Amino acid sequence: MRDFASMNQDEAGPALETRGVTLKYGSTQVLRDVSLEVGLKESVALVGESGAGKTTLLRMFNRMVVPDDGFVGVAGRDVTKLDSVRLRRSIGYIQQEGGLLPHWTVTRNVGLVPWLTRMENPSRLAQEALERVGLSPRAFGGRLPRELSGGERQRVAVARAIAARPGIILMDEPFGALDAITRATLTKNVGELFHEIGVSALMVTHDLHVAMAFADRVAVLREGKLEQIDTPEALCSAPATGYVADLLQSAGVEVQR
Amino acid sequence: MNPLGAVFWFISILGVPVSGVAPHAQVALQPFSTGARAADQQNPPVVIASKPFGESFLLAEMFAQLVESRGIPVERRPGLGATEIAFQALRAGAIDVYPEYTGTGLVAILGEDPAGSPGEVFRRVSMEFRGRWGIHWLPPLGFENTYAIAIRPGMADSLGLRTLSELATVSAGLTGGFSPDFIGREDGLPGLQTEYGIRPAEVRALLQSIKYQALALGEVDVIDGYSTDGLIARYNLTVLEDDRDFFPPYQAAALISRRLWETRPDAVKALIELSGTMDEAMMRDLNRRVEDDGEDVADVARAALAALDLVQAPAMRFLRGDESTELHFGTYMWARRSETLRLTLRHMLLVSISLFAAVLVAVPLGLILERAKIGAETVIRAIGVLQTIPSIALLAFMIPLLGIGVVPALVALFLYSLFPIVRNTFTGIRDADAAAVDSAKSLGMTQSQILRHVRLPLATPVIMAGIRTAGVITVGTATLAAFIGAGGLGDPIVAGLALSDIQMILAGAVPAALLSLVVDAMLASVEWRVTPRGVGER
Repeated sequence: MRDFASMNQDEAGPALETRGVTLKYGSTQVLRDVSLEVGLKESVALVGESGAGKTTLLRMFNRMVVPDDGFVGVAGRDVTKLDSVRLRRSIGYIQQEGGLLPHWTVTRNVGLVPWLTRMENPSRLAQEALERVGLSPRAFGGRLPRELSGGERQRVAVARAIAARPGIILMDEPFGALDAITRATLTKNVGELFHEIGVSALMVTHDLHVAMAFADRVAVLREGKLEQIDTPEALCSAPATGYVADLLQSAGVEVQR
Repeated sequence: MNPLGAVFWFISILGVPVSGVAPHAQVALQPFSTGARAADQQNPPVVIASKPFGESFLLAEMFAQLVESRGIPVERRPGLGATEIAFQALRAGAIDVYPEYTGTGLVAILGEDPAGSPGEVFRRVSMEFRGRWGIHWLPPLGFENTYAIAIRPGMADSLGLRTLSELATVSAGLTGGFSPDFIGREDGLPGLQTEYGIRPAEVRALLQSIKYQALALGEVDVIDGYSTDGLIARYNLTVLEDDRDFFPPYQAAALISRRLWETRPDAVKALIELSGTMDEAMMRDLNRRVEDDGEDVADVARAALAALDLVQAPAMRFLRGDESTELHFGTYMWARRSETLRLTLRHMLLVSISLFAAVLVAVPLGLILERAKIGAETVIRAIGVLQTIPSIALLAFMIPLLGIGVVPALVALFLYSLFPIVRNTFTGIRDADAAAVDSAKSLGMTQSQILRHVRLPLATPVIMAGIRTAGVITVGTATLAAFIGAGGLGDPIVAGLALSDIQMILAGAVPAALLSLVVDAMLASVEWRVTPRGVGER
């Protein structure tokens, strides 16, 4: 969706924004009064333990989850005022298992959003995106997802997220299922790619190293509450709470006090 | 071509007229019927049926040959389910004649108490049947075939049993093997319990043809046979005397539909010629020749009519006697290859039409239920309950609505095919790869795009598994279609069971088993074609 993508570039407001977001599942408080911003072309990582509410928060931006209370904005606009199908098509999305359609070739998978939005020549856009993530369209374009390695599958998922050139990309543990070396390489490559093409990105991860390597700022979520959001350096030099300090320590990141 | 058009096209290449199926089942049956081609509306064939046991087969064949000998075309429908199905078919006008017994008419059909002399019972059923349904009993053939409660001779001697009253004193220690019919009907076991106090410790429901062997092997101690049975003599059994005259008179007679009575006096006149000509000894002898010696029903019927001077004597046949029973099974199957081919094609037709219709209904229904969520389990369970209705009961239930023959059989097979397909479609769509569905939704596919491009292709192997299950089950169930005259490989099975002819049973059962393998293989190749690469094994 060109309209949202270009809008993201033009408008002054933050790419992604929540204000006072609250959500309960039954008696469980999943999110408590979370306010967070992702600036234009900024990369933010959401870290925290399992069940901290990271994925839930992420899925509010493409309206896969609706909060009980609070404001969720994309490119300065209230998501509840937008058509959710068009909203989702305007935002790139990558999930842990890749979520590639197993019966579609790599080219068709990558060209999904251009095809959905009736852009001209989805397969050419798919080829360009594949080249961007370092996969040869000639070698990989005709393969099925099961004919790829885990790392290749995630690269294809990244290509699919950028193929329609969205201004915003959401990632849910995108490299969580990969081995350490592949994960480190991909984190670095994708971080560079996103800066190069100038997208705003929000990534959920439980891995602090990935978060710090990838993001301009890191947000720490604990039991549905935002503990701190800051640059990796600031997080290390001045952890706002004991929990953040413990989290850094247990991950083996040196805390400078 | 739209789907509905495709169905009509499919049915039309099979030669079934699409219009007018409902109003008059007979019309729809014509292209399938074995005897009569090109239905002559002025002079339709007389439809002669029987119940599924040897004597009924034989009497019906005698009726048929007698009527044919007067130049009247006949269509045969032997082996209709049981009293229920044969009578409903007669009442609905789907058949014209079948042999019945006055006692059965009194007790099983009219639901009255078993009492009265043979003459009284005959007058009673004649009056009631004519008054209620316009159905006529022709004068009795001349013999009675009453129930004969039989035990092993050794037991009769050691316990000194001669009568049913004496049996009652020892019945608590015995195991009974009775026809399902007999166990349920008032003039059967329940009546024996009230009248004589006969209460066997255990009761097993056994088919007529199996009972005698079970008794000979000592699996059961007491059985219900028929007094004209050839097998009672063969197994040297002792028949206990009905010392309180409990069983009503069971005079055999032809039962005539209202249509035949009103429109075909020539056929009725021919059938009446047989009245009063037969006796028990003759019937027992004829039964023995069919059930024990394995002679061909048509040959025995012809000989019997000739002996009664009702038709011309049959041409001399050499190599008679044990010819048919002694044949090697391979030779036997080779000899009836064209018959087997015809029955197999009919069977395929029944299976393919009902399965095709079930797919057209069940797959969309599964999709709708998956979308609706609420109530889905209830609906699927209700369809599952259909599966548990005994097929004979379902078939009997449909006769008043659809008559007999192919149409009710197709409807029954269709109903039995629904469950596995609906269940698998529902489950397959619901449980399609969660990660793929989630990413498709997150990237902005609409619900209908997700269904069409993600859930449905990913569920293909599961849906096809349901269709293959239904296919194999339907090939098996379709053998029961023979009970309502729909033909197929059930014909030799039903006839073989009735005539205690193992080879004949196998002549239906073996091709049916092979056919189920073929159907599964064909559906497997369909599965291979419709499953996208990347899904399941593909």
